[in-house]
Amino acid sequence: MSLRVLIVRRLALGLLTLLAISLILSLGLEVLPGDVAEAVLGQSATPDTVAALRRQLGVDRPLHVRYLDWLADLVRGELGTSLANQQPVAELIRGRLANTVLLATLTALVAVPLALSLGLVAAVYRDRWIDKTLSIVGLSTISLPDFFIAYLLTVVFAVRLQVFPAVSIISPGMALADTLSALSLPVLTLGLVVGAHMMRLTRAAILNLLHSPYIEMARLKGLSPGRIIVHHALPNAVSPIINVVVLNLAFLVVGVVVVEVVFVYPGLGQLLVDAVSKRDLPVVRACGLIFASVYVVLNLTADVLALLSNPRLRQPSSP
Amino acid sequence: MLTASPIPRPLSRRRFLASSLGLAAAAPGLLAQTRINRPQQGGLLRLGISGGFTSDSLDPARISDAFMTLLSFGQLRNTLVEIDEQGRPRPELADGWDVSPDARVWRFGLRRGVEFHHGKTLEAADVVASINHHRGRQSVSPVKILLDNILQLRPDGKTGVVFELRDGQADFPFVLADIHLTIQPHDGDVTTGVGTGGYQLVEFEPGVRSLTRRNPNYWKADRAHFEAVEMLAIADVNARTAALQTGRVDAINRCELKTLHLLSRLPGIQILQTHGTKHYSLPMHTDVAPFDNPDVRLALKYAIDRDALLRTILRGYGSLGNDHPISRGQPYFAARLAQRPYDPDRARFHLRRAGLDGLRLRLSTSDAAFPGAVDTAVLYREHAAKAGLTLQIVREPADGYWKNVWLTKPFCLCSWNGQPTAGLMFATAYAEDAAWNDTRFRHPRFNRLLRAARAELDEHKRAEQYAEMQTIVRDEGGVIIPLFAADVCAADSRLRFGQLASHRELDGGRCAERWWWAREPGGS
Repeated sequence: MSLRVLIVRRLALGLLTLLAISLILSLGLEVLPGDVAEAVLGQSATPDTVAALRRQLGVDRPLHVRYLDWLADLVRGELGTSLANQQPVAELIRGRLANTVLLATLTALVAVPLALSLGLVAAVYRDRWIDKTLSIVGLSTISLPDFFIAYLLTVVFAVRLQVFPAVSIISPGMALADTLSALSLPVLTLGLVVGAHMMRLTRAAILNLLHSPYIEMARLKGLSPGRIIVHHALPNAVSPIINVVVLNLAFLVVGVVVVEVVFVYPGLGQLLVDAVSKRDLPVVRACGLIFASVYVVLNLTADVLALLSNPRLRQPSSP
Repeated sequence: MLTASPIPRPLSRRRFLASSLGLAAAAPGLLAQTRINRPQQGGLLRLGISGGFTSDSLDPARISDAFMTLLSFGQLRNTLVEIDEQGRPRPELADGWDVSPDARVWRFGLRRGVEFHHGKTLEAADVVASINHHRGRQSVSPVKILLDNILQLRPDGKTGVVFELRDGQADFPFVLADIHLTIQPHDGDVTTGVGTGGYQLVEFEPGVRSLTRRNPNYWKADRAHFEAVEMLAIADVNARTAALQTGRVDAINRCELKTLHLLSRLPGIQILQTHGTKHYSLPMHTDVAPFDNPDVRLALKYAIDRDALLRTILRGYGSLGNDHPISRGQPYFAARLAQRPYDPDRARFHLRRAGLDGLRLRLSTSDAAFPGAVDTAVLYREHAAKAGLTLQIVREPADGYWKNVWLTKPFCLCSWNGQPTAGLMFATAYAEDAAWNDTRFRHPRFNRLLRAARAELDEHKRAEQYAEMQTIVRDEGGVIIPLFAADVCAADSRLRFGQLASHRELDGGRCAERWWWAREPGGS
């Protein structure tokens, strides 16, 4: 199968997945108790005002009608308006998505190279003090819940040392230095969480290879350890490492909800939490689709990269 | 009382010495003190607020929580009537009012020369449109129900409006002081934020941040002292506290009671505790067995240890409730009514009178009702067990609690922000036709009194009527009200204010208008 066919086929499948997800999100929100009118009015709701709000928002129409309307809008490239505050969904999401992408990108830029090199170091110096230290730190950060790490970092770096701000609210007009300073604690928290994971898996992948017969052969040939790692082990470790990195990148975009709440960072996760609690279906659907597309696209990227890095996978059909 | 003060702390010997020394030192500097305490113009006020959501809207009919209250009502706009720090109604955009002897026809004169942010002069049409925004079949406003009593609303020339009510209502001015009933220009979009308030909107991102700048043309000369006000929506209480500690914000609302003693020890931070009308309740459906038996209800009321709840759930930041919704600081509070104690024997006695030896009940709870509601239910189960009452705690999902549990399950936990007057509170939740009558309370004498007191302009008579109604709810009603919860906020100690209003957090929601910075930084 040629690469192009594979990509096209996967993209088509991805679109189908997204469609299914939009349907599941709509049904899921329908199953939750209460609707947008009741959620928005809260304790102060009366049957009268709930009915009036339902009429105003058009949510008194059956679900399939609203779903088909939404699909038609989507084909025209429109995401609709928020039920909770009548703002266009696209506008609500644009800034938030940019913020989340910024946070994820910065974290990836810091965490990926660091985690990969530390993983490599740990594998090469296996069972030596450096490996043990990295393992202890890595395993602890993996074991602690991310909000706990976030609070710890806040106490140390914001409250005690006062080097980073405790609240990471950023706005479009902010100076670059201020933005970076505001982002430092969320980046550090997320970096620790995903970095530790990537480091552990990199170490495991390389160790696995170092035990394989052809490395043994290279060693018997008398090659230097450095040469063995760079020329023989790494090229074959790329494929599993890419998978780990890509899945962690997806987590960065999707799994930042808690970190965004703790640092009051105006990202997509915070928006999604608010929208679900208010039963704001158009916003939930849009956020859900963005998250799902991130997964679909990153998975596709991982597969393509794996194909490119491993010539064997490109053979027409291996038994 | 309606007063607010930094929380009283037990006076240790060292503190006593320090404070008496401080007093001696302050005496010569008393003059300087008064100078500092006179409002100073300028500076930026930054608030970290719980109660802001992405779904927030500037539409006054959509305001539901603290962030929009502080922005729409506390900065951008004014109401016809303002509730002052004593809890009394004062004219704001109105310059006064007249009322007919039956309390049915109210005429409010409008202040002249008041301009909206965009330069248009305030006139009667604006008031009529702003109030009507909450009325009628299409209205989704939470105050629709409070305005149902208005038969007709019409302008009276350009500078007056007349409200004709269906039934007489002596505390009608309180209704017009509601946070939703701010006045907007009649010919504009209600979501632009244009009003007559002390600050003009610069930036607003729902659920994130707002920025306002002082209105140079504000019609009140001695208010709105800050140059600008920034608010951040910070839902997480730890993040809020850290933001205050690190100086990112100058004041926060809804402090974490568990760690408040640590926060109050920090230099440069003052704790503001106000005792308003917010209360926690356990409504029972009085038309469902076994709650239809008054003795069962009394047994349940005697079986709860309020002191223990005040100590543990509120850590002392509140006061005891007496099974009626009127708080100590409010006008018409029945001070002579004895406080109901925790008395398991008395509870047993009432159970026996109901012909029961013991009783098993299901109590629905969730922390959606109020923070600590689940713990409250568990503690109550322990208290009630001593009276032979077996409570089975049902933990309900927080999501949808107000829709699926409250008003639906016969025995659950609930909380109320309260209303500024006894009449409004009773009409909201205890009148037999009230939409939020969560105890399904139908008491002919109570309802007669409510109607009579509502239109009664004689203060003395009203006080007597309201006192009897409090007795009825306490002894025959279907609600257990164990606690009134204080509002606890924290602020930079260089912020100055007069006596704090207590009916809403942060000085009645008007801290931006009423507070100022001390000129000397670090002064106390």
